[in-house]
Amino acid sequence: MGRYAARRLLQLIPVFFGATFLLFAMVYLIPGDPVAALFGERRVSENTLNELRDQYNLDDPFLVQYGKYMGFIPDGDEGLSGVFQGDFGEDFRGREVTAIVGQRFPPTLRLAIGAVVVQTVIGILAGIVAAIRRNSFWDSLVLVSTTLVVAVPLFVSASVAQLVFGLRLGWFPIAGLRNGAMSYALPTIMLASISLAYTARLTRTSMVENGRADYVRTARAKGLHTPRVIGRHVLRNSLIPVITFLGVELGTLLGGAIITETIFNIPGIGRAVFEAVNQREGAVVVGVVTMLVVVYMLANLIIDLLYGVLDPRIRYE
Amino acid sequence: MSDPGTGVVQQGTGSEASAGAATGGADVGLPGREASLWSDAWRQLRRNPLFVVSALIIIVFAVMAAYPQVFTSFYPGTADPKSCSLSNTVGRPSASAWFGYDVQGCDYYANVIYGARVSMIIGLATAVFSGMIAIVLGSLAGYYGGMLDTIISRITDIFFAIPTILGAIVILNAIGERGLFQVTLVLVTLGWMTMLRLMRSSTIERRDADFVDAARALGANTPRVIARHILPNALAPVIVYGTIFIGVAISVEASLSFLGAGLQLPAISWGLMINGSFTRILQAPHLLFFPGLFLSVLVLAFIVLGDALRDALDPRLR
Amino acid sequence: MAMSDDGWEGSQDEHVGFETDAEHILEVRDLHVEFPTDYGLVSAVNGLSYTLDRYETLAILGESGSGKSVSALAVMGIIEKPGRVPKGEVLLHGVDLLKMPERKLRDVRGERIAMIFQDALTALNPVYSVGWQIAEMYRKHRGVGKKEAFDRAADLMDRVRIPNARNRVHDYPHQFSGGMRQRVMIAMALSLDPDVLIADEPTTALDVTVQAQIMKLLLDLQAETGMGLILITHDLGVVAEVCNNVHVMYAGRVMERAPIHELYARPAHPYTLGLMHSIPRADRKGQPLDPIPGQPPDLAHIPSGCEFHPRCRFRRDVCSVDPPPLYDVGAQRQSACHFWEEVLSVGQRPAQR
Repeated sequence: MGRYAARRLLQLIPVFFGATFLLFAMVYLIPGDPVAALFGERRVSENTLNELRDQYNLDDPFLVQYGKYMGFIPDGDEGLSGVFQGDFGEDFRGREVTAIVGQRFPPTLRLAIGAVVVQTVIGILAGIVAAIRRNSFWDSLVLVSTTLVVAVPLFVSASVAQLVFGLRLGWFPIAGLRNGAMSYALPTIMLASISLAYTARLTRTSMVENGRADYVRTARAKGLHTPRVIGRHVLRNSLIPVITFLGVELGTLLGGAIITETIFNIPGIGRAVFEAVNQREGAVVVGVVTMLVVVYMLANLIIDLLYGVLDPRIRYE
Repeated sequence: MSDPGTGVVQQGTGSEASAGAATGGADVGLPGREASLWSDAWRQLRRNPLFVVSALIIIVFAVMAAYPQVFTSFYPGTADPKSCSLSNTVGRPSASAWFGYDVQGCDYYANVIYGARVSMIIGLATAVFSGMIAIVLGSLAGYYGGMLDTIISRITDIFFAIPTILGAIVILNAIGERGLFQVTLVLVTLGWMTMLRLMRSSTIERRDADFVDAARALGANTPRVIARHILPNALAPVIVYGTIFIGVAISVEASLSFLGAGLQLPAISWGLMINGSFTRILQAPHLLFFPGLFLSVLVLAFIVLGDALRDALDPRLR
Repeated sequence: MAMSDDGWEGSQDEHVGFETDAEHILEVRDLHVEFPTDYGLVSAVNGLSYTLDRYETLAILGESGSGKSVSALAVMGIIEKPGRVPKGEVLLHGVDLLKMPERKLRDVRGERIAMIFQDALTALNPVYSVGWQIAEMYRKHRGVGKKEAFDRAADLMDRVRIPNARNRVHDYPHQFSGGMRQRVMIAMALSLDPDVLIADEPTTALDVTVQAQIMKLLLDLQAETGMGLILITHDLGVVAEVCNNVHVMYAGRVMERAPIHELYARPAHPYTLGLMHSIPRADRKGQPLDPIPGQPPDLAHIPSGCEFHPRCRFRRDVCSVDPPPLYDVGAQRQSACHFWEEVLSVGQRPAQR
């Protein structure tokens, strides 16, 4: 198990550098001068512009920029001050990126954790019920509703939900965080909705497939009763693809967060990144997304380890 | 099979396996039937109402995208989405304006109809080009393995680590211009990975299958082996996912337009329309409803189609 | 199901009502199994009968599609819907299992009658250790605690001659070789000391040498415990080594029943005769093989009269009309052929010494 974990960790390193480099490239390899663009129509002295350019190393060759940013190459009199030293830079107004993240991250974190819990628990339960009561009313209900949820784009369903349940029926707060925990209720449900649908279907399919496996026949021949056959033998095998899927879904969760935070006006990190992109705040964008990539990779690592726990065949590859 | 010399009773034909599965594991003897995966799938699909309905819906939308005039010719209201009059602003649906008017006073029905073009084009183009990349690279990675596979897989992992919507926002912002081409390019750049993985894993599965060894033993060379024996069946999951992916691409494009990061006005996109509906959402829910409905129905059609394809192409479910 | 630590081995037989002085431990009478499918009603088993005593090894021999495996599943009571058993009796110690409610039947399954399957890799659950799966029998049927159950599992693995058993209790099925996995299955089946063991093609997936080891293991275990063994196979070679009596099945019915050596020396049914002739033989090298012409029948459309008649070289008109019953051919011998005498005279083989 240890070797498996070490191997996965090792595989992540090139991915980390590759992804951050790619991001860096996407933001900074653009034509056009972000510093000048920042000031728009206003007249600014060349000196100020040059100072800013120097501070952000914008005149350096691209690879050097990346190196300084990550903290491999010393940056003038600041020495090594990059990602690996915990310094993600500042925005054009001088605020530290780490501070911005610290401020904007908690709402998103609450949303995300809530969504993951909702999607996993309800999704798996719904899938199990649908699989056990195959071709019954419940099964059809799950199949139809999940198909619909998956098909309707998140921004449409979230907007409609806000309109119907927030504005018209008044069951939930409409937007913002003024209502404490309840403010998170509708956004969390919406954020979880699509993944929940996929999880339920995947669980159902997986359980139905595993229900036909040879070892189920053996379990019956052993005289075990049905709840045990399903609960112990089928379930564990069925959850394996579901867990794997959850790892993949984390990326989608982020995109969903941007949309949800926009519609429900929640000051989270998704919205922060979106604003930063529009304002061409390169440091913020790269910094935040880098952190998010790290989080994503760590989460995937955990998922992989979990996968190894569930499926012994993987451990001994 | 035991070696000759010990008595072995003749085994039945291979069709038993699938027949056996259909009858719940009984070793039943059914006569072998001449069938290929695709022709069998087609036969099953034709009888599947979900397939037929979703295919029809897609055809309707395709016509709508290519020839919107077909849908506006019989329309009593203003057929031109750009012919707007502020006096009609946020008008309710009526007999002369089936979907009402938007904030500018433009006929909403015409706009929604014309909006199909952008979605269909982007959806199909994204799927096709992502598919091409995925099929070529994925089959190569799966077939040859080794260093090529490692490199391709690492690159896939790197791109996977970048969240789609976020990455799209960043790139589109960087590029500046947000036309059909740019949006499609960005979606392709961020969307090929899943199909590649599917292609790669089904290629690996097929490559290791016994019948490939048999083909090689009979003298087939590598390109022939790939094209004739591996590809046809390995393509199946990719095609299934590709169909669903069209729906996903359409959905992502609309989301980007909604956020203001994708297509810009004066382009006609359902996402943009929904974005524009927000300011008047209480008084004029029709502004949200109609484009939302069309968008959802189209995406739904692709997903249902993909599901039907999967059921038809999966031999285990028969 | 009440579980108590002292188990309820003693009380269980009375609970179920077994007659411990019944004539045979297992008696199957006129068993029928059918499956409604899209292609029609498939009659997988059409009137199978046999008896099994202690220390007896019975072989059910047949091709794929003969219904042999399905009959075993029916005896165990684990035919999956939509399959059903419309007719027949399965008497274990005199009690009809087919009429038993599922709750009681579950106690019997695994305890009194057990089954092992062909492919141990897929028949074992890949995510649990072999020890866990064997121990499950003790824990669920006898209420034994986890640690003790694992100990017993290790003992059992020893008994089935798995080397280094104690250290391998926590290993997973994929870490064993085919032969070892099959031993694990045997261990699991024998854990509660059943009276009957059904082995469905236990050696088909194994190498020849391993086959021999497994069969020997089964026989030794049988000699120790006195259990009845039903061996389901298509392999005549395996049958020759181990069995007392053979039932040859075709299209869901028994075609011939005989002690093993009689069957080989003098088959009394055209199908059996055909089987014997279709085996490649070293002393007939260079001569063309002599397979049985035609294909096994579509079980949704079984030929009228004798099921075998379309492929039979002895057939006459009556064969397509009148299904032959099992005629008595001799001591312990029966044949479902109208012209069994003719077959007997043709099939005389020179004694093999």
